[in-house]
Amino acid sequence: MIPFSYARAVDTADALRLGATSGARYLGGGTNLVDLMRETIERPGMLVDVTGLSDTIEERRDGGLLIGAATRNTAVAEHRAVRTRYPVLTRAIVAGASPQIRNMATVGGNILQRTRCAYFYDQDGSRCNKRAPGQGCDAIDGFNRSHAILGASSACVATHPSDMCVALAALGAIVHLRGAGGERTVPLTDLHRVPGDHPEVETVLEPGELITAVELPALPVAARSTYRKVRDRASYAFALVSVAAALELEGDANIRGPITGGTVKDVRLALGGVATKPWRAWRAEEALAGRPATRESFRAAAEAELADASPLRENGFKIDLATRTIVAVLGELTGGLA
Amino acid sequence: MSIRVNGSAEELPGDPRVSLLDYLREHLLLHGTKKGCDQGACGACTVLVDGQRVLSCLALAIQYDGRSVTTIEALPVDGDLHPLQRAFIVHDGFQCGYCTPGQLCSAVGMADEARRGVPSQVTADLSAETIELGYDELRERMSGNLCRCGAYNGIIAAIAETYAAEVAG
Repeated sequence: MIPFSYARAVDTADALRLGATSGARYLGGGTNLVDLMRETIERPGMLVDVTGLSDTIEERRDGGLLIGAATRNTAVAEHRAVRTRYPVLTRAIVAGASPQIRNMATVGGNILQRTRCAYFYDQDGSRCNKRAPGQGCDAIDGFNRSHAILGASSACVATHPSDMCVALAALGAIVHLRGAGGERTVPLTDLHRVPGDHPEVETVLEPGELITAVELPALPVAARSTYRKVRDRASYAFALVSVAAALELEGDANIRGPITGGTVKDVRLALGGVATKPWRAWRAEEALAGRPATRESFRAAAEAELADASPLRENGFKIDLATRTIVAVLGELTGGLA
Repeated sequence: MSIRVNGSAEELPGDPRVSLLDYLREHLLLHGTKKGCDQGACGACTVLVDGQRVLSCLALAIQYDGRSVTTIEALPVDGDLHPLQRAFIVHDGFQCGYCTPGQLCSAVGMADEARRGVPSQVTADLSAETIELGYDELRERMSGNLCRCGAYNGIIAAIAETYAAEVAG
Protein backbone atom coordinates (compact mmCIF):
# COMPACT_ATOMS: atom_id res chain seq x y z
CA MET A 1 0.00 0.00 0.00
CA ILE A 2 1.23 3.49 -0.81
CA PRO A 3 1.71 5.63 2.33
CA PHE A 4 -1.16 7.93 3.28
CA SER A 5 -2.24 9.97 6.27
CA TYR A 6 -5.36 9.26 8.29
CA ALA A 7 -7.79 11.54 10.11
CA ARG A 8 -11.04 10.79 11.84
CA ALA A 9 -13.76 13.39 11.18
CA VAL A 10 -15.66 14.44 14.31
CA ASP A 11 -18.56 16.02 12.40
CA THR A 12 -19.63 16.87 8.87
CA ALA A 13 -17.91 20.28 8.85
CA ASP A 14 -14.69 18.63 10.01
CA ALA A 15 -15.04 15.98 7.30
CA LEU A 16 -15.52 18.62 4.59
CA ARG A 17 -12.52 20.62 5.82
CA LEU A 18 -10.33 17.51 5.80
CA GLY A 19 -11.89 16.25 2.57
CA ALA A 20 -10.82 19.43 0.78
CA THR A 21 -7.18 18.34 1.13
CA SER A 22 -5.63 17.41 -2.19
CA GLY A 23 -5.62 13.62 -2.65
CA ALA A 24 -8.08 13.03 0.21
CA ARG A 25 -10.71 10.32 0.07
CA TYR A 26 -13.56 9.61 2.48
CA LEU A 27 -13.34 6.23 4.20
CA GLY A 28 -16.36 4.22 5.34
CA GLY A 29 -16.10 0.57 6.32
CA GLY A 30 -13.15 0.13 3.98
CA THR A 31 -14.41 -3.10 2.44
CA ASN A 32 -13.84 -1.85 -1.09
CA LEU A 33 -11.44 1.10 -0.76
CA VAL A 34 -8.88 -0.70 1.43
CA ASP A 35 -8.80 -3.61 -1.01
CA LEU A 36 -8.28 -1.26 -3.97
CA MET A 37 -5.53 0.59 -2.08
CA ARG A 38 -3.75 -2.69 -1.44
CA GLU A 39 -3.87 -3.28 -5.20
CA THR A 40 -2.61 0.33 -5.66
CA ILE A 41 -5.57 0.99 -7.97
CA GLU A 42 -6.73 3.61 -5.47
CA ARG A 43 -3.90 5.85 -4.27
CA PRO A 44 -5.27 8.45 -1.87
CA GLY A 45 -2.79 10.64 -0.04
CA MET A 46 -5.15 10.94 2.88
CA LEU A 47 -8.10 9.02 4.28
CA VAL A 48 -10.82 10.93 6.07
CA ASP A 49 -12.68 8.42 8.23
CA VAL A 50 -16.37 9.34 8.21
CA THR A 51 -17.68 6.31 10.09
CA GLY A 52 -18.17 8.50 13.17
CA LEU A 53 -20.78 10.65 11.40
CA SER A 54 -24.51 10.02 11.36
CA ASP A 55 -25.48 6.36 11.59
CA THR A 56 -29.07 6.85 12.67
CA ILE A 57 -32.27 5.95 10.85
CA GLU A 58 -34.76 8.73 11.38
CA GLU A 59 -38.51 8.40 10.89
CA ARG A 60 -39.77 11.39 8.88
CA ARG A 61 -43.13 12.98 9.58
CA ASP A 62 -44.28 12.25 6.03
CA GLY A 63 -43.73 8.51 6.57
CA GLY A 64 -40.33 8.30 4.87
CA LEU A 65 -36.97 7.43 6.41
CA LEU A 66 -33.68 9.32 6.55
CA ILE A 67 -30.71 6.97 6.79
CA GLY A 68 -27.38 8.44 7.92
CA ALA A 69 -24.60 7.69 5.43
CA ALA A 70 -22.43 5.99 8.08
CA THR A 71 -25.16 3.47 8.93
CA ARG A 72 -23.83 -0.04 8.45
CA ASN A 73 -25.56 -2.20 5.85
CA THR A 74 -26.70 -4.72 8.47
CA ALA A 75 -28.28 -1.97 10.57
CA VAL A 76 -30.36 -0.85 7.58
CA ALA A 77 -31.39 -4.40 6.68
CA GLU A 78 -32.52 -5.27 10.21
CA HIS A 79 -34.37 -2.01 10.91
CA ARG A 80 -38.02 -2.79 11.54
CA ALA A 81 -39.41 0.06 9.44
CA VAL A 82 -37.21 -0.95 6.51
CA ARG A 83 -38.26 -4.60 6.82
CA THR A 84 -41.95 -3.84 6.88
CA ARG A 85 -42.29 -0.71 4.71
CA TYR A 86 -39.40 -1.21 2.25
CA PRO A 87 -38.78 -4.99 2.21
CA VAL A 88 -37.03 -4.74 -1.16
CA LEU A 89 -34.23 -2.83 0.55
CA THR A 90 -33.69 -5.44 3.26
CA ARG A 91 -33.84 -8.21 0.64
CA ALA A 92 -31.31 -6.44 -1.59
CA ILE A 93 -28.85 -5.77 1.23
CA VAL A 94 -28.90 -9.32 2.56
CA ALA A 95 -28.38 -10.61 -0.98
CA GLY A 96 -25.08 -8.72 -1.16
CA ALA A 97 -21.57 -9.61 0.01
CA SER A 98 -21.30 -11.62 3.26
CA PRO A 99 -22.58 -10.93 6.78
CA GLN A 100 -19.10 -9.85 7.92
CA ILE A 101 -18.84 -7.34 5.07
CA ARG A 102 -22.38 -6.06 5.66
CA ASN A 103 -21.45 -5.43 9.30
CA MET A 104 -18.60 -3.19 8.15
CA ALA A 105 -19.86 -1.51 4.97
CA THR A 106 -21.62 1.84 5.25
CA VAL A 107 -24.52 3.11 3.14
CA GLY A 108 -22.38 5.89 1.66
CA GLY A 109 -19.57 3.50 0.83
CA ASN A 110 -21.91 0.98 -0.74
CA ILE A 111 -23.22 3.67 -3.10
CA LEU A 112 -19.68 4.70 -4.10
CA GLN A 113 -18.16 1.24 -4.47
CA ARG A 114 -16.24 0.56 -7.65
CA THR A 115 -16.89 -2.04 -10.30
CA ARG A 116 -15.58 -5.59 -9.88
CA CYS A 117 -14.65 -5.83 -13.60
CA ALA A 118 -11.58 -8.09 -13.62
CA TYR A 119 -9.84 -5.86 -16.17
CA PHE A 120 -10.25 -2.87 -13.86
CA TYR A 121 -8.45 -4.87 -11.16
CA ASP A 122 -5.76 -6.26 -13.46
CA GLN A 123 -3.46 -3.27 -13.35
CA ASP A 124 -0.38 -5.04 -14.66
CA GLY A 125 -1.93 -7.00 -17.50
CA SER A 126 -4.99 -5.21 -18.91
CA ARG A 127 -6.10 -1.93 -20.36
CA CYS A 128 -8.94 -0.11 -18.60
CA ASN A 129 -10.37 3.32 -19.35
CA LYS A 130 -11.81 3.58 -15.88
CA ARG A 131 -8.45 2.99 -14.20
CA ALA A 132 -6.29 4.75 -16.80
CA PRO A 133 -8.40 7.14 -18.92
CA GLY A 134 -7.76 6.83 -22.64
CA GLN A 135 -5.90 3.53 -22.33
CA GLY A 136 -8.58 1.38 -23.96
CA CYS A 137 -10.84 -1.41 -22.69
CA ASP A 138 -9.85 -5.06 -22.76
CA ALA A 139 -13.25 -6.23 -21.55
CA ILE A 140 -15.12 -5.29 -24.73
CA ASP A 141 -13.37 -8.02 -26.74
CA GLY A 142 -12.36 -10.10 -23.73
CA PHE A 143 -14.05 -12.35 -21.21
CA ASN A 144 -17.23 -10.34 -20.78
CA ARG A 145 -19.82 -12.80 -19.54
CA SER A 146 -20.44 -10.68 -16.43
CA HIS A 147 -20.47 -7.30 -18.17
CA ALA A 148 -23.15 -4.73 -18.98
CA ILE A 149 -25.77 -4.90 -21.71
CA LEU A 150 -27.38 -1.57 -20.79
CA GLY A 151 -25.82 1.88 -20.43
CA ALA A 152 -22.45 0.81 -21.82
CA SER A 153 -20.24 2.72 -24.27
CA SER A 154 -17.31 1.94 -26.55
CA ALA A 155 -15.09 3.04 -23.65
CA CYS A 156 -16.51 0.91 -20.82
CA VAL A 157 -18.85 -2.04 -20.25
CA ALA A 158 -18.29 -2.53 -16.51
CA THR A 159 -21.30 -3.13 -14.28
CA HIS A 160 -22.12 -1.33 -11.07
CA PRO A 161 -21.86 -4.06 -8.43
CA SER A 162 -24.22 -2.88 -5.68
CA ASP A 163 -27.40 -4.74 -4.75
CA MET A 164 -28.50 -2.08 -2.26
CA CYS A 165 -28.42 0.62 -4.96
CA VAL A 166 -30.79 -1.37 -7.18
CA ALA A 167 -33.39 -1.29 -4.42
CA LEU A 168 -32.69 2.40 -3.76
CA ALA A 169 -33.19 3.12 -7.47
CA ALA A 170 -36.56 1.34 -7.46
CA LEU A 171 -37.63 3.19 -4.31
CA GLY A 172 -36.80 6.63 -5.72
CA ALA A 173 -34.28 7.27 -2.94
CA ILE A 174 -32.85 10.78 -2.59
CA VAL A 175 -29.16 11.18 -1.76
CA HIS A 176 -28.26 14.07 0.54
CA LEU A 177 -24.91 15.70 -0.17
CA ARG A 178 -22.78 18.36 1.47
CA GLY A 179 -19.86 20.11 -0.12
CA ALA A 180 -18.07 23.44 -0.34
CA GLY A 181 -21.14 24.89 -2.04
CA GLY A 182 -23.50 23.81 0.74
CA GLU A 183 -26.17 21.13 0.83
CA ARG A 184 -28.02 19.60 -2.08
CA THR A 185 -30.03 16.50 -2.90
CA VAL A 186 -29.76 14.23 -5.94
CA PRO A 187 -32.03 11.31 -6.82
CA LEU A 188 -30.06 8.05 -6.56
CA THR A 189 -30.92 7.40 -10.21
CA ASP A 190 -29.09 10.61 -11.18
CA LEU A 191 -26.09 10.15 -8.89
CA HIS A 192 -24.23 7.60 -11.01
CA ARG A 193 -23.25 8.49 -14.57
CA VAL A 194 -23.26 6.17 -17.55
CA PRO A 195 -19.66 5.88 -18.78
CA GLY A 196 -19.86 7.60 -22.20
CA ASP A 197 -16.38 8.83 -23.11
CA HIS A 198 -15.37 9.26 -19.47
CA PRO A 199 -15.85 6.05 -17.51
CA GLU A 200 -13.42 7.34 -14.88
CA VAL A 201 -16.07 9.88 -13.81
CA GLU A 202 -18.58 7.64 -12.10
CA THR A 203 -20.87 10.04 -10.24
CA VAL A 204 -22.06 13.64 -10.28
CA LEU A 205 -20.33 14.31 -6.94
CA GLU A 206 -18.10 17.40 -6.88
CA PRO A 207 -14.56 17.05 -5.52
CA GLY A 208 -14.74 16.88 -1.73
CA GLU A 209 -18.50 16.49 -1.71
CA LEU A 210 -19.77 14.05 0.93
CA ILE A 211 -22.85 11.81 1.03
CA THR A 212 -24.47 12.60 4.38
CA ALA A 213 -27.72 10.61 4.18
CA VAL A 214 -30.11 8.67 1.98
CA GLU A 215 -33.79 9.53 2.11
CA LEU A 216 -36.48 6.98 1.38
CA PRO A 217 -39.64 8.83 0.40
CA ALA A 218 -42.98 7.61 1.77
CA LEU A 219 -44.04 5.01 -0.79
CA PRO A 220 -47.07 2.83 -0.05
CA VAL A 221 -46.38 0.56 -3.04
CA ALA A 222 -43.07 -0.42 -1.43
CA ALA A 223 -44.87 -2.48 1.23
CA ARG A 224 -45.32 -5.11 -1.49
CA SER A 225 -41.80 -5.27 -2.89
CA THR A 226 -39.01 -7.76 -3.26
CA TYR A 227 -35.57 -8.41 -4.73
CA ARG A 228 -34.34 -11.40 -6.65
CA LYS A 229 -30.69 -11.99 -7.48
CA VAL A 230 -29.55 -14.53 -10.04
CA ARG A 231 -25.91 -15.59 -9.83
CA ASP A 232 -23.51 -18.47 -10.37
CA ARG A 233 -23.78 -19.76 -6.80
CA ALA A 234 -26.44 -19.50 -4.12
CA SER A 235 -24.68 -16.91 -1.98
CA TYR A 236 -21.72 -14.57 -1.74
CA ALA A 237 -21.35 -13.76 -5.44
CA PHE A 238 -22.11 -10.75 -7.61
CA ALA A 239 -25.29 -10.68 -9.69
CA LEU A 240 -25.60 -11.83 -13.26
CA VAL A 241 -29.06 -10.29 -13.16
CA SER A 242 -31.02 -8.85 -10.29
CA VAL A 243 -34.47 -7.31 -10.11
CA ALA A 244 -35.91 -4.96 -7.50
CA ALA A 245 -39.65 -4.53 -7.84
CA ALA A 246 -42.69 -3.08 -6.08
CA LEU A 247 -46.19 -3.60 -7.37
CA GLU A 248 -49.64 -2.42 -6.43
CA LEU A 249 -52.74 -3.50 -8.30
CA GLU A 250 -56.05 -1.71 -8.64
CA GLY A 251 -58.48 -2.86 -5.97
CA ASP A 252 -55.65 -4.32 -3.94
CA ALA A 253 -57.07 -3.98 -0.43
CA ASN A 254 -55.01 -6.61 1.37
CA ILE A 255 -51.40 -5.87 0.54
CA ARG A 256 -50.13 -9.01 2.26
CA GLY A 257 -52.55 -11.49 0.77
CA PRO A 258 -52.56 -12.98 -2.70
CA ILE A 259 -54.09 -11.07 -5.56
CA THR A 260 -56.34 -12.78 -8.01
CA GLY A 261 -56.59 -10.24 -10.79
CA GLY A 262 -56.66 -6.58 -11.61
CA THR A 263 -54.60 -3.96 -13.35
CA VAL A 264 -51.32 -2.32 -12.46
CA LYS A 265 -51.91 0.75 -10.32
CA ASP A 266 -48.30 1.46 -9.37
CA VAL A 267 -45.06 -0.31 -10.18
CA ARG A 268 -41.36 0.30 -9.46
CA LEU A 269 -38.69 -1.70 -11.19
CA ALA A 270 -34.90 -1.58 -11.25
CA LEU A 271 -32.19 -3.92 -12.52
CA GLY A 272 -28.75 -4.92 -11.27
CA GLY A 273 -25.93 -6.92 -12.82
CA VAL A 274 -26.82 -5.82 -16.34
CA ALA A 275 -25.98 -2.12 -16.45
CA THR A 276 -23.19 0.36 -15.89
CA LYS A 277 -25.21 2.01 -13.12
CA PRO A 278 -28.11 1.02 -10.86
CA TRP A 279 -30.74 0.76 -13.59
CA ARG A 280 -34.24 2.10 -13.05
CA ALA A 281 -36.47 0.39 -15.61
CA TRP A 282 -38.48 3.47 -16.53
CA ARG A 283 -39.61 2.06 -19.87
CA ALA A 284 -40.94 -1.11 -18.35
CA GLU A 285 -42.78 0.87 -15.69
CA GLU A 286 -44.35 3.04 -18.37
CA ALA A 287 -45.36 -0.02 -20.37
CA LEU A 288 -47.02 -1.55 -17.30
CA ALA A 289 -49.04 1.43 -16.09
CA GLY A 290 -52.75 0.60 -16.17
CA ARG A 291 -52.15 -2.74 -17.90
CA PRO A 292 -53.69 -6.01 -16.74
CA ALA A 293 -51.42 -7.90 -14.34
CA THR A 294 -50.71 -10.82 -16.63
CA ARG A 295 -47.65 -12.72 -17.70
CA GLU A 296 -48.08 -11.26 -21.20
CA SER A 297 -47.96 -7.64 -20.07
CA PHE A 298 -45.05 -8.34 -17.74
CA ARG A 299 -43.14 -9.91 -20.61
CA ALA A 300 -43.96 -7.05 -22.98
CA ALA A 301 -42.74 -4.54 -20.40
CA ALA A 302 -39.51 -6.45 -19.81
CA GLU A 303 -38.91 -6.65 -23.55
CA ALA A 304 -39.49 -2.91 -23.90
CA GLU A 305 -36.83 -2.28 -21.25
CA LEU A 306 -34.31 -4.55 -22.92
CA ALA A 307 -35.06 -3.48 -26.50
CA ASP A 308 -31.88 -1.38 -26.65
CA ALA A 309 -29.65 -3.89 -24.90
CA SER A 310 -26.22 -4.27 -26.52
CA PRO A 311 -24.87 -7.76 -25.88
CA LEU A 312 -21.17 -8.52 -26.09
CA ARG A 313 -19.72 -11.85 -27.19
CA GLU A 314 -20.39 -13.70 -23.93
CA ASN A 315 -23.24 -11.89 -22.17
CA GLY A 316 -26.16 -12.11 -24.60
CA PHE A 317 -27.83 -14.58 -22.23
CA LYS A 318 -28.49 -11.68 -19.85
CA ILE A 319 -31.25 -10.38 -22.14
CA ASP A 320 -33.32 -13.54 -21.73
CA LEU A 321 -32.33 -13.96 -18.11
CA ALA A 322 -33.33 -10.40 -17.22
CA THR A 323 -36.61 -10.70 -19.12
CA ARG A 324 -37.55 -13.93 -17.37
CA THR A 325 -36.47 -12.67 -13.97
CA ILE A 326 -38.60 -9.53 -14.34
CA VAL A 327 -41.63 -11.63 -15.30
CA ALA A 328 -41.01 -14.04 -12.41
CA VAL A 329 -40.58 -11.31 -9.80
CA LEU A 330 -43.68 -9.40 -10.90
CA GLY A 331 -45.56 -12.70 -10.89
CA GLU A 332 -44.36 -13.37 -7.35
CA LEU A 333 -45.64 -9.94 -6.29
CA THR A 334 -49.09 -10.68 -7.69
CA GLY A 335 -49.23 -13.73 -5.44
CA GLY A 336 -48.39 -16.22 -8.14
CA LEU A 337 -50.94 -15.19 -10.78
CA ALA A 338 -48.36 -14.90 -13.52
CA MET B 1 -4.99 5.77 20.78
CA SER B 2 -5.75 2.34 22.11
CA ILE B 3 -7.78 -0.72 21.41
CA ARG B 4 -8.88 -3.58 23.64
CA VAL B 5 -7.90 -7.00 22.35
CA ASN B 6 -9.20 -9.99 24.29
CA GLY B 7 -9.63 -7.77 27.32
CA SER B 8 -6.20 -6.10 27.28
CA ALA B 9 -5.60 -2.47 26.37
CA GLU B 10 -3.11 -2.28 23.51
CA GLU B 11 -1.41 0.54 21.61
CA LEU B 12 -2.49 0.97 18.00
CA PRO B 13 0.19 1.06 15.30
CA GLY B 14 1.45 4.44 14.08
CA ASP B 15 1.31 3.44 10.42
CA PRO B 16 -2.29 3.69 9.18
CA ARG B 17 -1.60 1.08 6.49
CA VAL B 18 -1.55 -1.77 9.02
CA SER B 19 -4.64 -3.93 8.71
CA LEU B 20 -6.37 -5.19 11.82
CA LEU B 21 -5.34 -8.68 10.71
CA ASP B 22 -1.64 -7.86 10.44
CA TYR B 23 -1.84 -5.92 13.68
CA LEU B 24 -3.22 -8.96 15.51
CA ARG B 25 -0.79 -11.42 13.95
CA GLU B 26 2.43 -9.43 13.51
CA HIS B 27 2.24 -6.84 16.29
CA LEU B 28 0.40 -8.70 19.05
CA LEU B 29 1.59 -12.17 17.93
CA LEU B 30 -1.95 -13.53 18.11
CA HIS B 31 -1.53 -16.05 15.33
CA GLY B 32 -4.90 -17.74 15.76
CA THR B 33 -6.56 -15.36 13.32
CA LYS B 34 -5.63 -16.55 9.84
CA LYS B 35 -4.76 -14.75 6.63
CA GLY B 36 -6.44 -16.53 3.73
CA CYS B 37 -7.14 -14.39 0.67
CA ASP B 38 -6.37 -11.00 2.27
CA GLN B 39 -9.07 -9.47 0.05
CA GLY B 40 -12.37 -10.16 1.77
CA ALA B 41 -13.34 -13.27 -0.12
CA CYS B 42 -12.73 -16.19 2.27
CA GLY B 43 -13.64 -15.25 5.86
CA ALA B 44 -10.55 -16.88 7.44
CA CYS B 45 -9.65 -13.60 9.16
CA THR B 46 -13.04 -13.13 10.85
CA VAL B 47 -12.87 -11.62 14.34
CA LEU B 48 -15.46 -9.99 16.61
CA VAL B 49 -15.45 -6.23 17.14
CA ASP B 50 -17.77 -5.22 19.98
CA GLY B 51 -19.43 -8.58 19.41
CA GLN B 52 -19.98 -8.12 15.66
CA ARG B 53 -18.18 -10.32 13.16
CA VAL B 54 -15.98 -8.44 10.69
CA LEU B 55 -13.17 -9.25 8.25
CA SER B 56 -9.93 -8.10 9.83
CA CYS B 57 -8.10 -8.14 6.48
CA LEU B 58 -10.26 -5.31 5.11
CA ALA B 59 -10.11 -3.31 8.34
CA LEU B 60 -7.43 -0.72 8.98
CA ALA B 61 -6.40 -1.16 12.61
CA ILE B 62 -6.36 2.59 13.14
CA GLN B 63 -10.11 2.74 12.43
CA TYR B 64 -10.76 0.63 15.52
CA ASP B 65 -9.49 3.09 18.10
CA GLY B 66 -11.47 2.63 21.30
CA ARG B 67 -13.14 -0.59 20.15
CA SER B 68 -13.00 -4.04 21.68
CA VAL B 69 -11.74 -6.97 19.60
CA THR B 70 -12.21 -10.65 20.42
CA THR B 71 -10.14 -13.26 18.59
CA ILE B 72 -10.14 -17.05 18.67
CA GLU B 73 -7.59 -16.94 21.51
CA ALA B 74 -10.30 -15.57 23.83
CA LEU B 75 -13.08 -17.93 22.82
CA PRO B 76 -12.38 -20.60 25.47
CA VAL B 77 -13.96 -19.86 28.84
CA ASP B 78 -11.71 -20.29 31.91
CA GLY B 79 -9.37 -22.51 29.94
CA ASP B 80 -12.15 -24.81 28.76
CA LEU B 81 -13.04 -25.01 25.10
CA HIS B 82 -16.08 -23.01 24.06
CA PRO B 83 -19.09 -25.33 23.51
CA LEU B 84 -18.89 -24.52 19.82
CA GLN B 85 -15.25 -25.66 19.70
CA ARG B 86 -16.21 -28.95 21.38
CA ALA B 87 -19.00 -29.40 18.86
CA PHE B 88 -16.56 -28.84 15.97
CA ILE B 89 -14.45 -31.71 17.33
CA VAL B 90 -17.44 -34.01 17.80
CA HIS B 91 -18.82 -33.29 14.31
CA ASP B 92 -15.52 -33.19 12.37
CA GLY B 93 -16.02 -29.52 11.56
CA PHE B 94 -12.57 -29.24 9.99
CA GLN B 95 -9.82 -31.09 8.22
CA CYS B 96 -6.72 -28.89 7.82
CA GLY B 97 -8.06 -26.40 10.37
CA TYR B 98 -6.95 -23.23 8.61
CA CYS B 99 -10.43 -21.75 8.23
CA THR B 100 -11.55 -22.92 11.68
CA PRO B 101 -10.76 -19.81 13.78
CA GLY B 102 -12.70 -17.71 11.28
CA GLN B 103 -15.57 -20.21 11.19
CA LEU B 104 -15.79 -20.19 15.00
CA CYS B 105 -15.69 -16.41 15.41
CA SER B 106 -18.14 -16.05 12.55
CA ALA B 107 -20.58 -18.53 14.11
CA VAL B 108 -20.46 -16.70 17.46
CA GLY B 109 -21.29 -13.43 15.70
CA MET B 110 -23.92 -15.19 13.59
CA ALA B 111 -25.72 -16.47 16.67
CA ASP B 112 -25.86 -12.96 18.07
CA GLU B 113 -27.33 -11.64 14.80
CA ALA B 114 -29.96 -14.38 14.87
CA ARG B 115 -30.87 -13.54 18.48
CA ARG B 116 -31.37 -9.92 17.38
CA GLY B 117 -33.65 -11.10 14.58
CA VAL B 118 -31.42 -9.95 11.70
CA PRO B 119 -32.97 -11.48 8.57
CA SER B 120 -31.00 -13.31 5.90
CA GLN B 121 -31.52 -13.93 2.23
CA VAL B 122 -33.48 -17.12 2.97
CA THR B 123 -35.68 -15.69 5.72
CA ALA B 124 -39.19 -16.05 4.33
CA ASP B 125 -41.01 -13.59 6.58
CA LEU B 126 -39.18 -10.31 7.11
CA SER B 127 -41.67 -9.19 9.74
CA ALA B 128 -40.92 -12.18 11.99
CA GLU B 129 -39.45 -11.22 15.37
CA THR B 130 -37.45 -14.41 15.82
CA ILE B 131 -35.29 -16.41 13.47
CA GLU B 132 -35.53 -20.17 13.25
CA LEU B 133 -32.01 -21.36 12.59
CA GLY B 134 -32.65 -24.32 10.32
CA TYR B 135 -30.01 -25.71 8.02
CA ASP B 136 -30.87 -23.36 5.15
CA GLU B 137 -30.49 -20.35 7.43
CA LEU B 138 -27.21 -21.63 8.86
CA ARG B 139 -25.75 -22.35 5.44
CA GLU B 140 -26.70 -18.91 4.16
CA ARG B 141 -25.52 -17.10 7.30
CA MET B 142 -22.16 -18.91 7.21
CA SER B 143 -21.65 -18.44 3.45
CA GLY B 144 -18.96 -15.81 4.02
CA ASN B 145 -16.62 -18.46 5.44
CA LEU B 146 -15.10 -20.79 2.89
CA CYS B 147 -13.63 -24.20 3.76
CA ARG B 148 -11.50 -25.60 0.96
CA CYS B 149 -11.35 -29.00 2.65
CA GLY B 150 -15.12 -29.06 2.25
CA ALA B 151 -15.97 -29.75 5.89
CA TYR B 152 -19.21 -27.83 5.52
CA ASN B 153 -21.53 -30.60 6.68
CA GLY B 154 -19.60 -31.01 9.92
CA ILE B 155 -19.34 -27.26 10.41
CA ILE B 156 -23.08 -26.75 10.02
CA ALA B 157 -23.88 -29.76 12.22
CA ALA B 158 -21.65 -28.35 14.97
CA ILE B 159 -23.20 -24.90 14.77
CA ALA B 160 -26.71 -26.33 14.65
CA GLU B 161 -26.09 -28.42 17.75
CA THR B 162 -24.64 -25.45 19.62
CA TYR B 163 -27.10 -22.74 18.67
CA ALA B 164 -30.22 -23.90 16.86
CA ALA B 165 -32.25 -24.80 19.92
CA GLU B 166 -31.08 -21.77 21.83
CA VAL B 167 -31.89 -19.21 19.15
CA ALA B 168 -35.17 -20.74 18.06
CA GLY B 169 -36.24 -20.96 21.70
